[in-house]
Amino acid sequence: MTRQMTGAKMVVQALKDQGVDTVFGYPGGAVLPIYDEIFQQNGIRHYLVRHEQGAVHAAEGYARATGKPGVVLVTSGPGATNAVTGLTDALMDSIPIVVLTGQVPTFMIGSDAFQEADTVGITRPCTKHNWLVKDTDTLSGIIHEAFHVATSGRPGPVLIDIPKDVQFASGAYTEKAKASVSHYQPQVKGDMETITQLVEAIETAERPVFYTGGGVVNSGPGASQLLRELVDATGIPITSTLMGLGCYPASGKNWLGMLGMHGLYEANLAMHGCDLMINVGARFDDRITGRLDAFSPKSRKAHIDIDPSSINKVIRVDMPIIGDVGHVLEDVLKVWKARGRKVNREAIQKWWARIEEWRKVDCLKYKPSGKTIRPQHALDRLEALTKGRDRYICTEVGQHQMWAAQYLGFEDPNRWMTSGGLGTMGYGTPASIGVQVAHPDALVINVAGEASWLMNMQEMGTAVQYRLPVKQFILNNERLGMVRQWQELLHGERYSHSWSEALPDFVKLAEAFGCKGILCSDPADLDDAIMEMLDYDGPVIFDCLVEKHENCFPMIPSGEPHNKMLLGEASTKDAIGSKGAVMV
Amino acid sequence: MSPLNIKKGSTKHSAYNLRPTFSDVQETHTLAVLVDNEPGVLARVIGLFSGRGYNIESLTVAEVDHLGHTSRITIVTTGTPQVIEQIKAQLGRIVPVHEVHDLTVEGGSVERELALIKVEGAGDKRVEALRLADIFRAQVVDSTLESFVFQITGTPEKVDAFVDLMRPLGLVEVARTGVAALSRGL
Repeated sequence: MTRQMTGAKMVVQALKDQGVDTVFGYPGGAVLPIYDEIFQQNGIRHYLVRHEQGAVHAAEGYARATGKPGVVLVTSGPGATNAVTGLTDALMDSIPIVVLTGQVPTFMIGSDAFQEADTVGITRPCTKHNWLVKDTDTLSGIIHEAFHVATSGRPGPVLIDIPKDVQFASGAYTEKAKASVSHYQPQVKGDMETITQLVEAIETAERPVFYTGGGVVNSGPGASQLLRELVDATGIPITSTLMGLGCYPASGKNWLGMLGMHGLYEANLAMHGCDLMINVGARFDDRITGRLDAFSPKSRKAHIDIDPSSINKVIRVDMPIIGDVGHVLEDVLKVWKARGRKVNREAIQKWWARIEEWRKVDCLKYKPSGKTIRPQHALDRLEALTKGRDRYICTEVGQHQMWAAQYLGFEDPNRWMTSGGLGTMGYGTPASIGVQVAHPDALVINVAGEASWLMNMQEMGTAVQYRLPVKQFILNNERLGMVRQWQELLHGERYSHSWSEALPDFVKLAEAFGCKGILCSDPADLDDAIMEMLDYDGPVIFDCLVEKHENCFPMIPSGEPHNKMLLGEASTKDAIGSKGAVMV
Repeated sequence: MSPLNIKKGSTKHSAYNLRPTFSDVQETHTLAVLVDNEPGVLARVIGLFSGRGYNIESLTVAEVDHLGHTSRITIVTTGTPQVIEQIKAQLGRIVPVHEVHDLTVEGGSVERELALIKVEGAGDKRVEALRLADIFRAQVVDSTLESFVFQITGTPEKVDAFVDLMRPLGLVEVARTGVAALSRGL
């Protein structure tokens, strides 16, 4: 027997059946029936954000920290358009989120009604898939299908646009088990023949390297375990993209650190000099490859990816393996063990000796200054004072993000929330809220720059309202640091609009929001100030005044290969040619 | 069909030769895409092409299975082999897309297009137009004392050739359906 209920009730019922207990949202005219249903139940907790963009980033943070899809509920028109940045961010970083938007009644669609926007049209290119529900009978089935699409294959954002009359009307509820999840069933098992080739390559490689990415996180904690087992058993060095940090522990003996534009010297040179590159769930992003025709010239390349379109998109690979990282790594381990656990130990030992030489360069070294706090030092101290704690780090976008990736160590997956692909300033504050909602007792820190932080600072209201003790650790250089750095290196030190002339007093701002503000400008006070932040049981805005003209190194200049890294101030003169200057 | 036409274990394509080995020869391929017949599916396909900068030479779409709610989109596109592979992989990623067939590499196909061609003229030109239409097996589907509308079916090349011949004879307007294609054999 099918259950009859209103569309609005169906939304709540379907979310419950999908195991959803948390929704981030903002009400408005076109979603009032759903909000009315939310009011009359207890199973789903709704978190009222201050801006719809914040709702989507919070859902992203929640999803990234739990492995479960994040859910967002917003109204039509501006509610939906404000969600677009978050949707695009989630699409680029493959984060599973389900966004429910209200829509004007079906009979008014196309009439330029109040708060009408062509939501499915606008979000078509920034969602994995989207639906406009025209009939209440189909609503619950679509919601179940949406969760399936968001979470299977390469995860991503989906959107369901629900007109107000569909919410009011009654229809038949489709149970989760009976919902058609369409033909969309991405392949998870890799091709055994290619997997065997990869194992053969692992057995003979002299200079192998693992290059891992966000796909390992998305595949679940099991994939990280398998990766660790494989890396430790083979003794092969491993590096990771920004999105994959934590899959292999930073304290692990084979860890090289992050690679890419601001990656570690040893990691990038290992990529450049390897003879076997094993890409596990990464996508040869341009921040990673640098100049394509000089990218890792002497290596054979294997690429494990669940998305066929990632393979051979920018880099031609020799061993493409389409499948889920966890499934493929399991098979790789199985085959490798069955064939006698062979590796070219002697050669790999020599390879490590070379890597140790590169490591001696100590590319992250800096001189702590006595007078002003250097941002690297601030992060070093944050790392030291939070080590061993159940810690989740979010970031905004810019220099501080790269420094956080360089100077903080991640021991486990799902502990690092950052906007990688889209580079969305304003991501971190709402993301930290989503993470704290998912893990109420954990230490959640948003490492931010003051410029990024201002972009979604309204969400401190959300943090205070729900008593979410998120720590906003702002490295304040009164500049758009990364923009300033590029202007210095590329645009003749003409600092066009890259500083903020009228910054707020962050301590007073914290007080205005009803949380705690801490100002620190003296390196001598830094430890005490950080401890004060960590010990405070509530949200904190930490204004850390840092060196204003610090540049982020190492750096691969645009248009250059991995072995042309800049290590510090002395090497930056005319480092970027006119060709590189056109690239971002 | 494998989602990608990558030779297994091929080692000659190393990234070192990325630019050179990613051939810059432009190829024309005919793709048949089977999709759920639902609102917006054509917009998704077209949006993919415009958003990622791929070419569309011709595109036709119509429902082919009413009960199964499936439509067939036939796309003729031009690009380097690498771009063609990307197009197929990207199409395969769209949720309502069931199958993507590259008819150009899957053992060849028959391709046909229908065109309506309006020609105006009198006297010798009118006679000549009718004579050529006969040679091309084009039919007259509308006639006035000063004009004809011809209907022609055939490969796009044949239609092109006929249109070119009609130009000096008083060509007024052309309407073409775009290519419909099926693979040869079973």
